[in-house]
Amino acid sequence: MGEYLFELREITKRFAGVEVLHKVSFNLRPGEVHALLGENGAGKSTLIKIMTGVYQPDEGAIILDGREVRFSNARESQLAGIAAIYQEPSLFPDLDVAENIFVGRHPLKAGGRVDWHRIYREAESLLTSLGMQLNLKRKARDLSIAEQQMVEIARAFSINARILIMDEPTSSLTLNEVAELFCLVRRLRDEGTAVVFISHRLEELFEIADRVTVLRDGYFVDTKPVKDVTREELIRLMVGRKVSSMFPKQEVQPGNVVLKVEGLTRDGVFKDISFELRKGEILGLAGLVGAGRTEVARAIFGIDPPASGRIFIDGKEVRITSPRQAIALGLAYVPEDRQTHGLVTPMNLISNITLPLVGRFSHFGWLDQRAEINFALSMARQMEVRAHSLWQRARELSGGNQQKIVLAKWLATRPRILILDEPTRGIDVGTKAAVHELMSRLAGEGMAILMISSELPEILGMSDRIIVMREGRITAQLGREEATQEKILHYATQSLEEEVTR
Amino acid sequence: MDLQQRLSSNPLLVIARIRETGIILVILLLVLAVSLRSPSFLTLSNFRDILLNISILIIVALAQTMVILTKSIDLSVGSMIGLTAMMVSFIIKQYPEFSPLAAILLGMAVGSVLGLFNGLIIAYGEVPPIIATLGTLSIYRGMIFLYSGGTWINAFEMSKSFKLLAKGTILGVPHLVYIAFGVAVLVYFLLNHTRLGRNIYAIGSNPDAAQFVGIPKKHIIFAVYLLSGIACGLAGVLWASRFESAQTNTALGFELQTVAASVVGGVSISGGVGTVPGVLLGALLLGIIQNALTMIRISPFWQLAIQGLLILLAVVVDNLISREMQRSVRQWNR
Repeated sequence: MGEYLFELREITKRFAGVEVLHKVSFNLRPGEVHALLGENGAGKSTLIKIMTGVYQPDEGAIILDGREVRFSNARESQLAGIAAIYQEPSLFPDLDVAENIFVGRHPLKAGGRVDWHRIYREAESLLTSLGMQLNLKRKARDLSIAEQQMVEIARAFSINARILIMDEPTSSLTLNEVAELFCLVRRLRDEGTAVVFISHRLEELFEIADRVTVLRDGYFVDTKPVKDVTREELIRLMVGRKVSSMFPKQEVQPGNVVLKVEGLTRDGVFKDISFELRKGEILGLAGLVGAGRTEVARAIFGIDPPASGRIFIDGKEVRITSPRQAIALGLAYVPEDRQTHGLVTPMNLISNITLPLVGRFSHFGWLDQRAEINFALSMARQMEVRAHSLWQRARELSGGNQQKIVLAKWLATRPRILILDEPTRGIDVGTKAAVHELMSRLAGEGMAILMISSELPEILGMSDRIIVMREGRITAQLGREEATQEKILHYATQSLEEEVTR
Repeated sequence: MDLQQRLSSNPLLVIARIRETGIILVILLLVLAVSLRSPSFLTLSNFRDILLNISILIIVALAQTMVILTKSIDLSVGSMIGLTAMMVSFIIKQYPEFSPLAAILLGMAVGSVLGLFNGLIIAYGEVPPIIATLGTLSIYRGMIFLYSGGTWINAFEMSKSFKLLAKGTILGVPHLVYIAFGVAVLVYFLLNHTRLGRNIYAIGSNPDAAQFVGIPKKHIIFAVYLLSGIACGLAGVLWASRFESAQTNTALGFELQTVAASVVGGVSISGGVGTVPGVLLGALLLGIIQNALTMIRISPFWQLAIQGLLILLAVVVDNLISREMQRSVRQWNR
């Protein structure tokens, strides 16, 4: 068995009696990138936390260098040379960049004093060697999401790991940053590091991975060399059924203009944003992270009202200064960040689904619980939410199922105009298809949908029309037929390229 | 405009950046106002009085700060001080020859046992801190009654050397002030230059991430309660010496003052933020207000109300600041 550097044999893990991993096996050769694939809730994150010692398996063995090991916490796995970048943001907002890299294992001087000089010196050289530019003294809370991701990567690299685990490291990176990250990963791989790589973007797997292991519902499905599988085969392995078409947008004859935006501006954020959205239409809003798309959505929904510009609904000019007003006008906004903006995570599914409509179920201040439960049940069924019960807390669900709950909640308000911000970011293929199908159906029923997405296949597949934004401005409006991946990228990055050539 | 400029263009954020200078400014204004009305306020002896009065507060507020930094709270500090003061005073009464230094060590030992119990039930028993210490607040206070049978220890029952422990002076400065200063230096060193201290900040800043990087969260929570107990033990001995008595209501309600000094000094109730100089200034501000109110003859009942008001004000300012901060960071990042 000398072939493997690291092996998990028949790992079983239960939480509160519920088995989330059933005899899952996984192995890792030195100098390979091994992708771990599965829908959300398939058990990937749990498996990773077992590798890093955050959780302990109930059954099965962990074998490192041919010897069985037990990690009782993350520190022990780090000492054994295993580093991880977790999906959840795991920086310390009140500590600076350099300390975030070394936190938990501050280098010490003689006498037990923290060696601050060494922390800054080593952080500096580490960031330089990774080609990152960051002010070491900035607090993590002041960093953008991409910058935070960079610090997490630097932290993982600083351990000099033999095994590096990356749980969706690319989900908030721009294309350039992803390319840089892949360069680093290849360099490490060539130096003999074994990399466990998780991503929902299948294209990335084909680009970087050598082997792939698929999990489904906590079961091991298969391990294969990447060059021997196709995209369709992977999806079938993951979902356990064939996903007929990824982007089933029905052709709909768009109706009247329901939302019209004219000259929307907020200084330094976005400028002169004008577009129309028709009944039954899906309008894709494309662009790079940071192009100002979310800000426009928030402005329309009344969260951060714009400085100037006009908004018309059904041809009538409206002033929206609060989300409450927006809801009353028939708008709904499903934000990008489910955890902080979309869900009340400690509350159960019923309350989360009926939250915007409790008024409908109360009579003279008394809540008609039966009606509330029945309603929540029908919404959950309709959305195919996978949960043990409706009384489960929202935070215990997987990302995909959380997204379904958020959608259920907003659809329950029966909006006429639906704004979706990265509706399928970080969710698995099966749920993704379900969300796309739902969007298509809603548009077919006459809902007007504004969809912000950074995934080009999604934008191209789902949108009737596409608006491209770059640095706070609209740079192009494209019809479904004329839009291509290259064109969108061109308009989304145009100025950057121009600056380089100048 | 870069982030630095953006942050400095907003007055609220400027206060946030330089919290300490903000407190200093308030202190200066207060001193100026009071000394106009009462000339005896701005004298060296009054200043010494103020320092003497806040020394014990500083010791305990710094311990409280370490606890708050981890997102917890210790409500039992007043009871721990009272219990230690009573136990040590009984020993002093029975054995007048007992050396003051030994009394301090004994007090710290008693305090460490009390803190250990807090730490055990909170860190390993996973009882929420506010409930656990609310419980021990009553338990320890009750133990004072049980131990003393409701009697007091008065000045005449204490040895002279013990009474000099707090109030004796070196170069005109009371021992107590030196001790408080020493504790401040120790805590500063601990928080900024030891792994334990950095881990305390890390836990308060992001408890889940602390687990991911392998910080032994339970041990550290246990440690801050243990340290809080030891500090209260020290404070209890000094309290008995300073006020030359030990009563069943010694340090009753003192937890309010320690939380006030921390929070006014810029320690965030939600953990991860706070500095030793800030807490020292917070305690100084409280001390000056108390002294000034006495000077201009305002009822002590007002003092309590004003203290409460200060806590609220500090928390409100903190909230405003963090909201502004998040907003400008968000705008910047987008």
